[in-house]
Amino acid sequence: MPETLVPACQELEAAFRDAWADQTFRDELDALLADYAGRPSPITECHRLSEELGVRVLLKREDLNHTGSHKINNVLGQALLAKRMGKTRLVAETGAGQHGVASATAAALMGMECKVFMGEVDMERQALNVFRMKLLGAEVVPAMSGSRTLKDAVNEAMRDWVATVENTHYCLGSVMGPHPYPWMVREFHTVIGKESREQCAKLLENEIPDVVTACVGGGSNAIGIFSGFADTTAELVGVEPAGGAAVGRGVPGVVHGMKSYLMQDEFGQVQEAHSISAGLDYPGVGPEHSHLSSIGRARYEQVTDAEVIEAFQLLSRTEGIIPALEPAHALAWVIRDRAKLAGKTVLLNMSGRGDKDVAQMMEILG
Amino acid sequence: MSASLADEGLVIPDAPAEPGEFESALRALRGSGRKLLVAYVTGGLHDEWPDVVRAVADAGADAIEIGIPFSDPVMDGPIIQEASELALRDGASPVTVLDTLRTVDAGVPLAVMTYYNLAFHMGHERFASSLYEAGVRAAILPDLPLEEVGPWATAADPAGIETVMLAAPTAPDERLPRVVARSRGFVYAVGLLGVTGERDALAASSLVIARRLKAITDKPVLVGVGVSNAQQAAEVSQVADGCVIGSALMRRVVAGEGPAGAGAFIAEVRAALDAS
Repeated sequence: MPETLVPACQELEAAFRDAWADQTFRDELDALLADYAGRPSPITECHRLSEELGVRVLLKREDLNHTGSHKINNVLGQALLAKRMGKTRLVAETGAGQHGVASATAAALMGMECKVFMGEVDMERQALNVFRMKLLGAEVVPAMSGSRTLKDAVNEAMRDWVATVENTHYCLGSVMGPHPYPWMVREFHTVIGKESREQCAKLLENEIPDVVTACVGGGSNAIGIFSGFADTTAELVGVEPAGGAAVGRGVPGVVHGMKSYLMQDEFGQVQEAHSISAGLDYPGVGPEHSHLSSIGRARYEQVTDAEVIEAFQLLSRTEGIIPALEPAHALAWVIRDRAKLAGKTVLLNMSGRGDKDVAQMMEILG
Repeated sequence: MSASLADEGLVIPDAPAEPGEFESALRALRGSGRKLLVAYVTGGLHDEWPDVVRAVADAGADAIEIGIPFSDPVMDGPIIQEASELALRDGASPVTVLDTLRTVDAGVPLAVMTYYNLAFHMGHERFASSLYEAGVRAAILPDLPLEEVGPWATAADPAGIETVMLAAPTAPDERLPRVVARSRGFVYAVGLLGVTGERDALAASSLVIARRLKAITDKPVLVGVGVSNAQQAAEVSQVADGCVIGSALMRRVVAGEGPAGAGAFIAEVRAALDAS
């Protein structure tokens, strides 16, 4: 973390601590989540899919939120906080564009300026989201360095923030980066876990599912849903893309202001992640996932692009729900391990909808 | 693998009271009435980089920062990003850069400038001793702030590596003395809000931060980030003890001007500093 940003992070920590303890702020955020984002999101029981797999699958429908993913929970919180801190401008990174779209949306809602950095490669595969961000009034800037994906977009957003810190809030999109981000972003997503816990209590005879699963890039949607079940017997399973498996294949490292598992070469140079999903192409992972893994509270599986493509199609066909490629990773693991999961109840965080991925899938599936 | 996830705590050891070799050399030059010039050269960029180092030293740089290229240089602007990327593509690594450096007899004190993960990955003690063996006496790690410097400084201090701390314009008054107290070699005054790179004019903030630092320390205060030419170097050195020149030099090297072009540019900056 550059020295220039240390005072800003300290100021942010103090401001968040203060806001999070302030009922007025909480009420204002809750009202936005309800009336603007459409919370609570339902849980959908997947009857036909469950029958096909022999596993009872429940989906937490974050894909039904305004802007189409869980990202809006965090962004509304951060934008409200930025406004409270007197900032007039948001800068954000985005991979698949979901966080960028959410940031552009919150900026439009609150009358703030917004600049989104997106890897040049990702801008090509997620052209629809690029257009949405522009429509919402944001400036979208291609990150041209390195792998030209999410990691490089984070670098560019940090470089922008170093230069603009006086009037700008860095609206970071996952449970990563320097303190207080991993903590703050998790807090904004605990609403997923809290709702899920209450909904499961009504829906399930045992009140809690056997397994809670979610995809993991930086890990925000997973942390959000895991938080509701950390103190239960539910098994927590994060699913990473095989080509970007920081927990599965990384070693401890320090980048983007955090110490966590990181895919690196023998000298500590950060490696590029590669997967079908732009939103999971990140060589690191939020530090809390590294912690959950090292203490054994959660485990992390890897799936291949081919398995994801199959899951994407299966859910569309059996349930009429086109998933984003990111949560399709979690479903791909359920499909692969269905024999081991037979008879169990699995709660899967459907973190986003697949509209943004349809063009890419059209090319792949012909 | 020495790298671990364990929280190594926030204990920051006091910097040794006596200046190290690098700082002593800069203090002696300053004492002779000279304004200090530190040049930055990306290690491993083209085969001729050792000649660039020698040329820059011969042209009047008082010390040289060798950049060990890193995949994610968040404090660097487009020029040093490009230089780093080209060097990495040519196979540069901490090992190749330091091995080569050992054979470069520049005749001036050497520092490295790189990012913390390379030190963390190799292990603090091993990284510090490899620097020392390569003739390096100081290290600048721009993504390692005061709060996190403890584990590295604990290894670097006894290994004879002076850790230069960055002092940014955003630091409140209560923070600056703590940054200065931990800084060795010199104090790196960040001239502006932003990443490394050339600017048309010297930022007013560079004079402000230099003044704030000079008011509280006797350690050499050098301004870097945004010092782009001879005239700006002379201007900022009216207040500071000198400056660091990086992107303006590397732009010439990336453009293929070679050791001769690099030397000519540094000679021009030297002359402006000597005339001021």
